[in-house]
This record gives sequence, C-alpha cells and structure tokens, in this order.
Amino acid sequence: MLEKAFEGGKKYWAWLFFLGALSAVGVYYYIQQFQFGLGLTGMNRDVSWGLYIGQFTFLVGVAASAVMLVIPYYLHDFKKFGKIVILGEFLAISAVTMCILFIFVDMGQPMRIMNVILHPTPNSVMFWDSVVLSGYLAINALVGWVTLSADRKGVPPPKWIKFFIYLSIPWAVSIHTVTAFLYSGLPARHFWLSAVMAARFLASAFAAGPALLIILALIVRKISKFDPGKEAIQAIGKIVAYAMFANVFLLGLEFFTAFYSGIPGHAASFLYLYVGLEGHTELVPLMWTSTILAIVALLLLVFPAARKKEGLLAFACLSLFISLWIDKGFGLIIGGFVPNPFEEVHPYWPTMPEALITLGVWAIGFLVLSMLYKIAISVRERTAGIEIEH
Amino acid sequence: MSMDRRQFLKIAGISSILGFGASVASATHTIWEPGLKPPQVEPNPDGLIAKRWAMVVDMSKFKTDEDIKKVTTACHQTHNVPDFRNPDGTVDKKFEIKWIWEEPFGRTFPGSENKFMSEHIKDMPFIVLCNHCDNPPCVRVCPTQATFKLPNGITMQDMHRCIGCRFCMAACPYGARSFNWTDPRKAINPATENKAYPTRTKGVVEKCTFCTERLQFGKIPACVEAAPKGAMFFGDIEDPNSEVRKIVTSQLTIRRKPELGTGPAVYYVIGGSDHA
Amino acid sequence: MKLYDGGKILIGLMVFVGIATFPFYYNIGKVDTKPELKTDTPAIQAWEKQYGKKECVESKEYMRSEHMQLLNNWRDSVVRDMNRQYVSMTSGKKFNMSLQNGCLNCHSNKKQFCDQCHNYMAVKPYCFDCHIQPMEKEENKS
Repeated sequence: MLEKAFEGGKKYWAWLFFLGALSAVGVYYYIQQFQFGLGLTGMNRDVSWGLYIGQFTFLVGVAASAVMLVIPYYLHDFKKFGKIVILGEFLAISAVTMCILFIFVDMGQPMRIMNVILHPTPNSVMFWDSVVLSGYLAINALVGWVTLSADRKGVPPPKWIKFFIYLSIPWAVSIHTVTAFLYSGLPARHFWLSAVMAARFLASAFAAGPALLIILALIVRKISKFDPGKEAIQAIGKIVAYAMFANVFLLGLEFFTAFYSGIPGHAASFLYLYVGLEGHTELVPLMWTSTILAIVALLLLVFPAARKKEGLLAFACLSLFISLWIDKGFGLIIGGFVPNPFEEVHPYWPTMPEALITLGVWAIGFLVLSMLYKIAISVRERTAGIEIEH
Repeated sequence: MSMDRRQFLKIAGISSILGFGASVASATHTIWEPGLKPPQVEPNPDGLIAKRWAMVVDMSKFKTDEDIKKVTTACHQTHNVPDFRNPDGTVDKKFEIKWIWEEPFGRTFPGSENKFMSEHIKDMPFIVLCNHCDNPPCVRVCPTQATFKLPNGITMQDMHRCIGCRFCMAACPYGARSFNWTDPRKAINPATENKAYPTRTKGVVEKCTFCTERLQFGKIPACVEAAPKGAMFFGDIEDPNSEVRKIVTSQLTIRRKPELGTGPAVYYVIGGSDHA
Repeated sequence: MKLYDGGKILIGLMVFVGIATFPFYYNIGKVDTKPELKTDTPAIQAWEKQYGKKECVESKEYMRSEHMQLLNNWRDSVVRDMNRQYVSMTSGKKFNMSLQNGCLNCHSNKKQFCDQCHNYMAVKPYCFDCHIQPMEKEENKS
C-alpha cells in the first residue's frame, strides 16, 4: 500500500517538493541551534518555554481530536463517518509526529533523550507524556493501516482490531489530559494552576482538530475523486461548534475566578495577555486577534444557514483554527511565565531561526500527512461507492 | 544512582523489550558492574554531615552593597558561573545564569509589601538562592531524576544526566534555576576560573547545590564563608544545638512562599538583633 | 535476459557502494600509527619515587579497557551517593574519585595521554566540555 504514496501527478510531486524544501530550511536552522544552543531562540531565564512547547501542546490536541470521529462511528454506529474516519486517524499520526519533533527540538541535550527510558521516573508527568504519546502513535498507525488494508481488499477488517479502536478512545483523552497536567500541577504558576485546565484542553482540542479536518476534507474532495461526504462534513461542523462553545465557557470560568477573587497573582497573566502589564503589551494585539477570530467563527458556526454553506463553513473553521492556534500554541505558554516568580515582566518573542525551525516541523508533519492522505485517497478512489461495514 | 542486580535486570529487561537490547547487551561485559557500593567506595572522612542542612540569612548584617557583592561573587567564582554581558557592560538578561543574587524585599516576598511600610524595609535587598525544599516541585517533575534529594536535605543537580527539558524551571516557585542557552565557557575568564570545579555544557540546567562539593571536604558553603559576621549561618537544623536551629527557634524568621507547601530550608531573619 | 529498470538499479547500486565504502576513503591519509601513551609527568615520577613503582587506581590492563565504565561509576557515586573515595581493588589504596582533581593531577598531559588514543579510536567523549583540563605547553603537541 505504501507505494501509493510515491505514485502521483506533477502537482503532487511539486507539493511534496515544496514541503521538502521547507523542512530542509528547518533542518538547516536546527543544525545551527544544535551547535549554538537554544540561545538561538527567543527564550530566556524567565520565559523558559516558548513557541516549540506551545506548538507541541496545540498539536497534542489536534492528535487527540481523531476520537471525535471514532466515537460516533464505532460507538454510536454513525455510518456517515465511515469514509472520513481514516482521515482523522491519519491526521492524528501526523500530529503526534510533529509533537515528538517539537519536544525534540526543544531539548537542551537531545543526544541524552534515552535518559528518559534509562531512568524511568513515574512521578514526572513528562515521563507519562512520552509514554502515552508514543502509545497513541502506535495505536493510530495500527488501526489506520489495518482498516485501510481491509478496505482495499474489499473485506471487513479483522475482529481483533476492534480492541485497539476502543482503546484509542480513552487513550486520546489521556494524551491531552496528561499534557494539561504538565501545566496544571505546578504550584507557583497561577495562570496554569487550574483544575479546569485539562477540560479546557480537551474542549479546545475537539474544536481545533475537527476544524482542521473539515478544511482537509474539503481540499481532498476538490483535488481527488474521493468524497468524504457532505453530511459527514456537516456533522463535524456541529461537533466543532459545540466544542468551541465549551471552550469559551471554560475560558470564561477562568476569567471569573481570576478577577472576582481579586487575588493579584491570578489576574496578572490575564492582564498581561489582554491589556498589558507594567507597560508590556507585546501579546495584546495577538490575543485580541484570537478573540475576534473566535467570535467570528462562533457566529458562523452557530447559525445552521451559514454553517451549511461550505464556503462559509471553511472560513469559520479556518478562523477558529487560527484563533486557537494563537491562544493555545502561544498565549497559554507565554502567559504562564509572565510575570515570573518575582512578579517581574520579562517579555518573549520568537526569533527568526526559531520560527523557521517551527515551520520546518510543520512542513515535515504535512509531508507525512500528504503521503498518508495520498494512500487513503488512492484506496478510496478504487473502492468508490462501495460501503464496507467496519 | 546505585543500582542492585535486580534493578539492573529489570531495567535491562524493559529496555530490551523496547528495542535497546543491543546496546544493553554490549554493556553487560564481564567486569562492568553497575554502580559502586561500599566498601569499594566511601564518603570522605573529613566531610561535614547533617540530618538536614539549612541556612539562616540576616540581611541587617549586610551593611553595604559590597558585602552582598562579596557573597554572590564568592559563589559564582567558586562554581565557574558564567557572566554574560551586553556590549555596554550590563548583564545580558537573555543568557544570564545565577546561583545566588539579590532581590528587593517586595520581589523576594511577593504580596508582603504594604503602602505604609518603611522605605528602609521596602528597599532592603535580600539574598536569594535555591531553597533546597523539603518537597521540591523541581524534583517531582524531572523526567530523568537529574535533580533529586540527597538524604541530608540538599536538592542536588546532576548536570551529567540533565536532558535540558526545562520542566524544573517551570516548576520552581523561586526562579532559582538557570539554563545554559549556549556554551557557558564563552563567558568565563580562563584566568580567574576555579580549576578545581567544572563548568557546565550548553543545554543543561544548573543551580545552587548548597556547596555539596565543599561540605564533602569539610568546608562550609562559599557564600557563608564570604558573608559579614553574623549575616549567614549554615548548619543542621535537626540538631538542637546548631546555630541555625537556635536562631529559628528563638526569633521570628520567614521563608519564601511557605503557603505552597514546598518547605524551604532558607530562613530569613527580619528583626535584626544579635544572635549566636 | 533483460534487466528491467537497469539504469535505475545501476545508479542505486553505485550510490549504495559509495555510501558503504565512505568510512574507508574518509579516513584516507589519516594517521594510523598506534599511539604511545606517555606516563612520565612530574606527578607520576614523584609517585614512582615514593612507592617504587608506577601505579594507577587499578591495573594498567583494567584501566585501558574499563576506564570509561569506572569513570561513569565514579560520576554517579560522587554526584548521587555522596561518596568521594575509591578503594582500589588492586592495591587497597584510597583515591579521590575525581577526573579533574584526581586523574588529571597525575595525567596532566591530557593531549598525550587522553587525546592521542581517543583520536586514534575516533571517539569523542564529552567529559571536557565541562571538566577543565590542565594547562599544557604548546610544544607538547605531537
């Protein structure tokens, strides 16, 4: 089946070449960073995590969101998702790949990565995160491959795979919960020390991931003969709308506790992000962009008339994706470090090499995604019109 | 880390399952014994020992800025802490590494300031360093046990094992940890470096170790040695006859952010009377 | 017999042979004489005078083959178990477990003692990224 990834037209190869070139730029700057040290980034003593860890956090959510297709299809027998579920699983594989790469480029001593296995430490959330992430990658690769191979042969997938499909559901929840625990268990970071952190992570994940999937499904339909299904896309649109409302609600809860309690430490990070603190307003425009995009997306998603127009739906999904990318992939991490434990404000902004390494990782992720989708599309085009019971 | 045969076999077993069998198998060479145990190794007989090391700092005994500078410089020179500077001579905040330094009262004890407080206290500098907590969040989060508790209460940092994930920096409530954003030797003068202590490499986290390496040779921490008389005390707080214990028992001392439950082992005397 | 895609196969083979033999031509012209390690530093000579023989913490053969494991163990024992002294299995003498303040006190000729052999074996231990090496005169360079 793998050979399908290497059979394609000129446009397909041009796209792969373009992504390859972007990854090469990223690799080039990563080598620079490897030689000089992480000082090549904008991070410093006070803001010691930045864009890399932000992207990692955001993409764990995208990976986990595959479960929003798996649950309706496999638990509720929602047949309309039959064709699209593979796109969700392959998106998860690509997202987890990016997560692992982002952790790797963020490490000060990447050559010592095996220390995590040589000295396993169950009290560290980071240790569990590496366990659940690699497990999730394996489960999705297995499930995606086995079901797609069965489809190609026109037979139902083997019974034993059901076990892994069901396992993937709690596992998806676990990867994002554990990722939230990286933050929500730290005693002196008021901004992160919140019990709703994991819930908020899941809500934003189940909005951003499926939003990206809608965009991808629309692109797939446009450039190939594989139609993931109009109803399926509309159904995902509803999932995105609900999840985004849950996310905004949870964010509202954070605001209430921070400001009504009147505890200065709880409000400080919110003030820094949305209005500026001690004269530092670096992130304010970004956070309001995120807010406005979120409002636009919600307005378009909540009215069925707007949501049913696929152009508007795509626009809403794109706005929502960018909004959450800013909020979770950047603001959430930086906000936790500002102000610092001395209640001083030290700003952070990514450097050009840092941004290009980040872009390079995304390019590698999309390279993996494009090749996996190419395989899925090839199989689906051959079996077009044949519904297979999973 | 000391490892007995059973532990080693367990880890080797797990590793081989994970596909690292080859590398582990080649390491199980006949003479290779994981970990050294007494009597093959022993502590230095001259070493200072304690049940629980602790420090008391009395800022009123520091009369001038020079007094404070002496303390921080003593530490940073002893441990080859790099001194990154901007072209104009100011501290380069981006690369800055520090083990012990000064902060004003309000920064040291956030939320303790009030409007009517005397200017004297408000402006008073405080010496801050790693608190060697009873229950340190940095140790809890470290994925490789590169930072860990010694039986004598010191929160130790194994710079050999650190992978540079910086989780400990996010976890520390006291901003006590620094990361090597680039090779620190760029900012260490070979003429004045301490030839008896290593530097660090890029990509690892470092911090105060309560001078573990000096204690083991019978010396008290470099900062305490350089401090004015009666300004800094170091000793076994579990020992009722130690100076630190006597001060903490007899006077009002405060610790940084005690409400977090970390149990800091650095106590600050605010009153400023004579002791010991 | 016809070779399908013969051109591609040949190019592939050439690339493979090129990569597989890379280590050989990469090392062409590099020194391959066996290193002779010098153990005649002032500290070692002083030791010889005092004890009547040259000796390290363990036998020469053990040190040659196991010094990396020994140093690894020392490192963990010092940093993590608060031990500082090593009791020799060979002589029973006690040694300060330290690379910088132990080994290099005697072997102050790091360039001749450590580097020569490491270069010959093409290994790059990162010990000296952190541990400060003794000052050596430039003329020691071989």
